[in-house]
Order: sequence, then structure tokens, then C-alpha cells
Amino acid sequence: MAILVLCDHDGAAYGSATLNAIAAAAQIGGDVDVLVAGHNVGDIAAQAAKADGVARVLCADSAELANGLAENIAPVILAIADNYSHILAPATTYGKNIMPRVAALKDVAQISDIIEVIDASTFKRPIYAGNAIATVKSDEAVKLITVRSTSFEAVGETGSAAIESASAAGDAGLSSFVKSELSSSERPELTSAGIVVSGGRGMQDGSNFTMLEGVADKLGAAVGASRAAVDAGFVPNDYQVGQTGKVVAPDLYIAVGISGAIQHLAGMKDSKVIVAINKDDEAPIFQVADYGLVADLFDAVPELDKAL
Amino acid sequence: MKILVPVKRVIDYNVKVRVKADESGVELANVKMAMNPFDEIAVEQALLLKEAGQADEVVLVSVGPTQSQETIRTGLAMGADRGIHIEASHDTEPLAIAKLLKEVVTREEPGLVLCGKQAIDDDSNQTGQMLSALLGWSQATFASGVEIAGDKANIVREVDGGLEHITVSMPTVISVDLRLNEPRYASLPNIMKAKKKPIDSLSVEELGVDTASRLAVLKVEEPAARAAGIKVGSVDELVEKLKNEAKVI
Repeated sequence: MAILVLCDHDGAAYGSATLNAIAAAAQIGGDVDVLVAGHNVGDIAAQAAKADGVARVLCADSAELANGLAENIAPVILAIADNYSHILAPATTYGKNIMPRVAALKDVAQISDIIEVIDASTFKRPIYAGNAIATVKSDEAVKLITVRSTSFEAVGETGSAAIESASAAGDAGLSSFVKSELSSSERPELTSAGIVVSGGRGMQDGSNFTMLEGVADKLGAAVGASRAAVDAGFVPNDYQVGQTGKVVAPDLYIAVGISGAIQHLAGMKDSKVIVAINKDDEAPIFQVADYGLVADLFDAVPELDKAL
Repeated sequence: MKILVPVKRVIDYNVKVRVKADESGVELANVKMAMNPFDEIAVEQALLLKEAGQADEVVLVSVGPTQSQETIRTGLAMGADRGIHIEASHDTEPLAIAKLLKEVVTREEPGLVLCGKQAIDDDSNQTGQMLSALLGWSQATFASGVEIAGDKANIVREVDGGLEHITVSMPTVISVDLRLNEPRYASLPNIMKAKKKPIDSLSVEELGVDTASRLAVLKVEEPAARAAGIKVGSVDELVEKLKNEAKVI
């Protein structure tokens, strides 16, 4: 049995969620290959080759593979799919965009967002925003799977896998990349941070997020937000934690001015310790919080900043 | 241009779902159902394009039990022109749905398919991409900006690192994200008007698609519950607990 893991990257940086997907592949068992598809991605392939437990890195390097266009990357995976019993990708926007396209072209069902490997054909995945957990069995010859990063501890990076080249499949001519507007931040990445400080509608204004950033910087934390805060334009979309945003599971999650809609809880309730600061003592966030503080955040956050 | 919008009937997003005692699934009986919220956004975008003169017909299609016609009716009340209902089990998998939709696309020949990026029941996030692949069309997932310009569409996508701009050739499948628009409420006159709009029925057999499940759901269970926490009285107490009890800072 051999398993292929699709490497998540944006052309410049290697996506650490790949290491979590490799961990899931290791649990399934078998030789693990990693596919890096992109343009001028030698450095990314070199980094992927360091991941523990990887036998080979296959590098498909061609101009039309730049920028992660699903129409061009799916055929590269399809061409080698029969060599594998499983094809995994992290359940990031990169993996979610590409994998169903491969599944349809291969005529196999995809299992999205697994959180546990039971055996080589049986997996657990959350449904209904994590309010139920389904155990799903697949008899497909090739099992296409996306992996929830927070459910699998990243493998180490002490390996040295061989790097081989893989064929590109040409430009499908269906889509083209124009530009990206990526948020830049010195803080840790939201999905892999040890501590996350998130703000919700209660923040009232985007400028008030500077209070949270102060606390986050003292704690070495990432800053997140609820959908309400993103919809209101307080912070950009990539801050969103929840069912349809990012799923985080840090050691400490501090929810400030977040009421706790089930869609938000879906993205953070696997955090080890949850703190909620909210002036409404009936807010549902308190039902999942280990430590709840009923207080006006405009008093509590500056106090917290001072106390740290 | 005709726009096809697939819509799914799901448990209303405000309802707390309950797992069945025999762990065979979640309780759907006597539960409030609604149109998948992402699909509402897709319907709204189709209507906006029609109002801007870029489309002349908005057709809704739903695969599901008979009651899915109510979901189509909801979209017709928002302003869509007509509906197509394909009777099928609620558990029809994304790949089978995509194959059924492909057949509908072949018959209807829309210039654009607008769909929700995921349904909030099975959270699969697959159908749009699969449909696009089966049609050999371009795909634009997680769209928060849509602009049709002749035989191209300019799309803003919400990705993990921020936003991404791409251009796709038409026809295309666009899966929409939360911030594309705010769906309208149906007015009473439009709800009345919607009752007269046509909903055609198609059967799975007629469309010649094998919808047998490829995956077996062995069990559906409650997630592990979190132990009840405590309320602290002050910021100082909170910091003390985090340092000495939880030991996370």
C-alpha cells in the first residue's frame, strides 16, 4: 500500500498543514510519497523532503502549476492516482479546492475533513459543524481524503527523502491567476498557534482589535475573530474561526466579546483550555469555557494586558 | 444567459442537532428545515446578475426528498424563475449529486452554475468542484466577489492567507462564500407569486445516474462533551488560574 500526500503551499511558503496530513498517512500505514505541484518549487520540495516518514517527494514543476489552479493540478494527481491506495491533502482552502476535482475525474467518493483514522478504510469526520461525528467506511480502490490539521500532530522534520520529478499535464486553459492579497503578520499562524486570542462583535470596531493584539503579543499568540467580526469588516476574512473558516485547537483560546454561536464553537471547541470574556453572563460561549469572566471587555482586556 | 443554482434542504442553522439514540444518524423528524445558507447566497448572486441585465433566467435545482420542493419555493419567492426537483434520498452523496447536476446542465445549457461552497449538514465542500470537473469547466471556489465580463468571470476568492483574484473562462461553476452578498428576504407578494411558478420533476432513472452510496456510514455519535468550567471573579483570578491551575501561560 502506498499513500500520496498533496503538499499545500502558495508558491513561496510551504504549508505546515502538510505535516499533519503526513501524520494521518502514517497512521493509515504504508509508504508515503508527497507531491509538490507548482512552479520553481525546488525549495518547497526540499522542505517537504525533510518531513519524517516520507519515502519520496514527487515534484511537478511547470509554469501552469503556479498559483494552485485546480484545473491544472488535478490532472497531475490523476495521472499517478493508480499507484496509490490513498491520496490525502490537508483540508485547507488549497486542498479543498483541488481534491474534489480529482475525486470526480477518478469517479470515487471523497471523505472530507477526517479527524481520526480507525483503519485503512474507516475514518471519523465531523458533520453538522462538529455537533455529530460520523464513522465512514470506504471501499473505493483509491481513497481520496482531506485531513483536519488540528486532529493530527505534525510529524517532525528530520528526514531526507529522495526528490523525483513528476510530469505536468499542460495548461487546461480554463482559468488564470491574477493576484493575491495576503495578510501579513509577525504573529504565529492561526491554525498552528499555541495560543489564540479572538474577538467578536463585542469589539465594536476594527480599531479596538489593537487591544487584543497587545495581549496576543505578550502571549506569543495569534489573533482570530468570529464571523460577526469579519462580516462587520473589523478584520480580514483570514481571521475567521468557525465551521466555514479556520479550525483551531490551541492550548489556550481566549474568546473576547464572542457570544458563541454553534458555527463559531465548531472552529475552536477542541482547544485545550478555553477562556471567555463577555458581559452577557447568558452567552453560550460560557458553556464551553473552562474559565469564564463576566465583564465588560473594554475594562477586562486592558487589565489583562497589564496583568501579563 | 441562464444561471442554474443548486439548492439543498438542510436542518436550519439555528437548530441544535440531536444524534439518534441508535447512532444511525441525526434526528430529522419534526426539525425545522431551511435552505442551506450558502445556497441562499448563490441564489441572491444569481438574482443580482439578472437584475444587472447579465442573466435572463434563474433556474433552481434541488436533489432530495419531496419536501425539497419547499426549498425550491423559498428561492422562487426570492425571485428565481422556475425550479427542477429531482427526487432522491437525503443522503445522496456529493459525487452522485454532481452527476445528476451534470445531466441537468446538459439539458438546460446554463452559462453559469452558482452554488454554495458547502452544505452545513454534511460539511463536505465537494459538489461544485465535482460538477465543474465532470463538465470539464473552470471552477471558482469560495467566491467573495463575482464579476462577469463577456466570456470571462473575474473572481475574488477567500483563501487561508487572505484573498486571491482569478479569472475563469465561461461557462463556469462558482461556489460562493459568506461575504459575497446578503441574501434578501422574500416579500409577501413574491411569496404569493412563487406559488404559481413552475417546478418540474425529474427522476434519477430518467437522468440515468447511478446514485448508490459509495461510502458506508457505520455510526453517527455525539462529540465528546467538554467538562463544565467555572466563572472567575476578576482578571487577576483568571491570570492566576491560567498560570497555576491550567498552566498554559
